[in-house]
Amino acid sequence: MTALSVQNLSKTFTMHLRDGIILPVVANVNFELHPGECVVLGGPSGAGKSSILKMVYGNYGVDAGAIVLQHHGEAVDLATADPRTVLTLRRDSIGYVSQFLRTVPRVSALDVVAEPLVIRGVDKAEAQAKARELLARLNLPERLWSLPPATFSGGEQQRVNIARGFITHHSVLLLDEPTASLDAINRAVVVAMIAEKKAAGVALLGIFHDEDVRTQVADRIVDVTAFAPRIAA
Amino acid sequence: MSQDFSHQDPLLRVEGLTKYYGSRLGCADVSFELWPGEVLAIVGESGSGKTTLLNSLSATLEPTSGKTMYRMRDGQWRNIYDLSEAERRFLFRTDWGFVHQDAAMGLRMGVSAGANVGERLMAVGDRNYGHIRSTALDWLGRVEIAADRIDDQPRSFSGGMRQRLQIARNLVTGPRLVFMDEPTGGLDVSVQARLLDLLRGLVGELGLAAIVVTHDLAVARLLSHRMMVMKDGHVIEAGLTDRVLDDPREPYTQLLVSSILQV
Repeated sequence: MTALSVQNLSKTFTMHLRDGIILPVVANVNFELHPGECVVLGGPSGAGKSSILKMVYGNYGVDAGAIVLQHHGEAVDLATADPRTVLTLRRDSIGYVSQFLRTVPRVSALDVVAEPLVIRGVDKAEAQAKARELLARLNLPERLWSLPPATFSGGEQQRVNIARGFITHHSVLLLDEPTASLDAINRAVVVAMIAEKKAAGVALLGIFHDEDVRTQVADRIVDVTAFAPRIAA
Repeated sequence: MSQDFSHQDPLLRVEGLTKYYGSRLGCADVSFELWPGEVLAIVGESGSGKTTLLNSLSATLEPTSGKTMYRMRDGQWRNIYDLSEAERRFLFRTDWGFVHQDAAMGLRMGVSAGANVGERLMAVGDRNYGHIRSTALDWLGRVEIAADRIDDQPRSFSGGMRQRLQIARNLVTGPRLVFMDEPTGGLDVSVQARLLDLLRGLVGELGLAAIVVTHDLAVARLLSHRMMVMKDGHVIEAGLTDRVLDDPREPYTQLLVSSILQV
């Protein structure tokens, strides 16, 4: 079974404010993701790893190709799905731990983490209990839980973001450098959490620059430089 | 914030909406659908036609051509421009809300805060004074207005409080669709943040559909699921809010996004 199938995906950016120059990002991206494995996108900075993650989450549009996701037993092409379908996919089937947390004024760290469960209709108290459990596991000091994360340090914000991404049981989980600003202890916690997701049958797709973490979590590495667009002569 | 996008009919179906003021174009050929629980932001600069569009959608303006089909509570689809004046007014009292940028336009400045909220309830047939007052009190609390201000007139309120009172007045009757015209415009940044957070919570909690006109992309990012970008009366780009903001396609949208000041 395939959890996610990326087929012939291509992406360019047209920078209208810079005389319409066209920046090719990736072309003919092809790979599959199976339940219970963690696939790592490899390649140097600027190769298009983050762009691929963002396309798979529907955050970037695509020029061509398909992103086929299993959603309630049905195959759905996220690349051509309308906005409402993309939102439903994100609620139920695909999660994303972004590199940076986008904070909302006045919403506490605890509620930021609990929100994905609340959106899915889980009772608020139950969602908050789960959020507490995750924040404690990630060693976020309890005195911070009731505060909005806007003033947190980079590492603290990242742990809020990780807890938010891991709280649901999405069948596909995207990770954009989740350990970049964490210390060794918390990196180990995240590595253990990824292992648990794999054991639970979740398919993970991630970017990890930290080689130590990468070797611990990766089942396969997809080399993104293979998808470098050919520059027209 | 419960979102259920899967298996319902839309609430609103807009087809080819066009408004001319004489020979001058207001908005041209706008079509979209809006579902229950969905928040749509309409962004663009002043003069782009977004307020014309909002006023046409809410039947405040009669469009030159096009239809706005609304699914009534009984399940029937009606073109809102074919409704009688009485039917339209009834819709505004029961099913719709309109949050104006200038709270004075949406409030009665000469009556108490409690009466501003209670009046909407009486308009839908509530006659029990005790119930009206307790509901008004509950709503003042939800928009963070202290209970001891219930008998004060909104004249004595700050801009942010007036705006919160206007929101309470609109939401107390449980509308299905709320129009908002620059709901945070003209407020201090800290007041804006509080209002946005409040709106975001209420819209999600009540499962409202909302159409929010704003020139502030941060407001669109925070409140909306989908957005439409307008320029010179035309919708030039539309889609999922984070897609439009993170991967803008049109030259004008790229200009708007790149013009946001970073702090």
